[in-house]
Amino acid sequence: MLFFITLIVIWEIIYRLNLSFEFFSVTAFPSPLQSVRELYLGFFETGILTEALVTSFQRLIVGFVIAIIVGSLLGLVLARSKFADETLGSLVIALQSIPSIVWLPIMLMLFGGGNSSIIIIVALGGTWVMTSNMRLGIKSVQPILIRAARTMGYKGAELVWRVMIPASVPSFLSGTRLAWAFGWRALMAAELIGSGGLGRTLMDARDFYNMNLVIAIMIIIAVIGIIMEYVIFDRIEKKVFARWGLA
Amino acid sequence: MTDVVIEQVEKTFFDKTKDTSFTVFQHIDAEIKSGEFVSLLGPSGCGKSTLLNIIAGLESPTKGKITAGGAEVTGPGPDRGVVFQESALMPWLSVLDNVMFGLRKRMKKEEAKERAEYFLKLVHLSKFIHAYPHELSGGMKQRVSIARTLAFDPDILLMDEPFGALDEQTRSMLHKEVMYIWEKTKKTVIFVTHNIRESILLSDRIVLMGTRPGRIVETFDVPLERPRKTSSAAFGKLEEQIQQKLAVEIEKVMKEELGDDYNSKKSALLYHTDRDMGNHI
Repeated sequence: MLFFITLIVIWEIIYRLNLSFEFFSVTAFPSPLQSVRELYLGFFETGILTEALVTSFQRLIVGFVIAIIVGSLLGLVLARSKFADETLGSLVIALQSIPSIVWLPIMLMLFGGGNSSIIIIVALGGTWVMTSNMRLGIKSVQPILIRAARTMGYKGAELVWRVMIPASVPSFLSGTRLAWAFGWRALMAAELIGSGGLGRTLMDARDFYNMNLVIAIMIIIAVIGIIMEYVIFDRIEKKVFARWGLA
Repeated sequence: MTDVVIEQVEKTFFDKTKDTSFTVFQHIDAEIKSGEFVSLLGPSGCGKSTLLNIIAGLESPTKGKITAGGAEVTGPGPDRGVVFQESALMPWLSVLDNVMFGLRKRMKKEEAKERAEYFLKLVHLSKFIHAYPHELSGGMKQRVSIARTLAFDPDILLMDEPFGALDEQTRSMLHKEVMYIWEKTKKTVIFVTHNIRESILLSDRIVLMGTRPGRIVETFDVPLERPRKTSSAAFGKLEEQIQQKLAVEIEKVMKEELGDDYNSKKSALLYHTDRDMGNHI
């Protein structure tokens, strides 16, 4: 905490010095205190940040859920079927190396710059990493658990459902964490070019030379990142990893 | 009454990419009576665990056949329960749920729960029914594993070095309990081990397996009165007898792994490969 306060103080001092000596253009150099003021204004007076945040979050959640569902199912299929792994599997690896934002031009042509394009970009950002994590998770289930279940009469779909899927929960979780991180990045990139949301607001702020608002939005992004990492994913992961004997 | 019949069983693994094959064992013949406690004893690599897996139906023999309770083994079945070397418990399930895991397919939840609780009590784990596997010690996990297998009431209990990873005290406690359970339930037990004492302590009969190629070397009856004492003269004599047979097999394994340098009778450091004069004359 003290570390952050010191950083902010130094930053504000540089800002003040810049006002008098003009090392950089004054309009381009933001102040931390005024950025916080922009946060207050954006959330409680004009409401532009609230609105942008809600729009972004809706897109992110929808895209994320699609990525999780599609990715998990695809991963399951790839892990279970050798044929699918040899055909679809190599396609997935190829797709994985394409940053999802690269799909945007096509999406813009197909769906325009609105919600659907951006949601698809977010989903594409998370799906492949989810797929490969799920595939690996299912493939690396301890063989002894499967053998034990077989001696107790489990086979086929039941074996997958009652043993393989629960056993791969830890790698499912790592997958969701990565899918979330990739989804966030894809969302921001897509919104910078597309319409609405935090990304668009960021570009608008630049157009009006409001660097303080730019910083304010960056703070929002960082805070959400921290909350998701430490409050949500870390806690769930710790619990699960301990029970699965991985901690 | 015979329970398990093993006829001319052979297991060979084929390596398709290199077009080679490796025969673990061949011409295995054995009969195990109903209610008998039989140990499969042998050095590592003799295929004793593989043979157990074949009896369990987890692997299929390359040649020959195995019948259990009169029916040919073609896959895993509820008549044969396996206790594995590692406990093989499902980490996401509580102790109680783990024991119920095998029962839920065959009975209602209430009935399964009652049965699971009964068997957990039998292995003295009533206090831990809501614990998770990662909270248990190795010995406790193995108890859960035994309870889980007993709960679905197989006729034949297959145990694959179940106490191999445990410390001495825990192991001898579990030996007593296995004896108690066996005497109480009258199940046929096939027990894989590489520990001579363990096999003499527990079994009616010991099947000694050899290696390269894997085969049955000799079968020993254990006529000792139960409970057995490792300190008794007859125990020691039998141990010595098996030890001698086993030493030959172990030397063979070591020679294969380490080459001709290895010689168990001489101190390895003083022994020199150059001093081989006369070996091939």
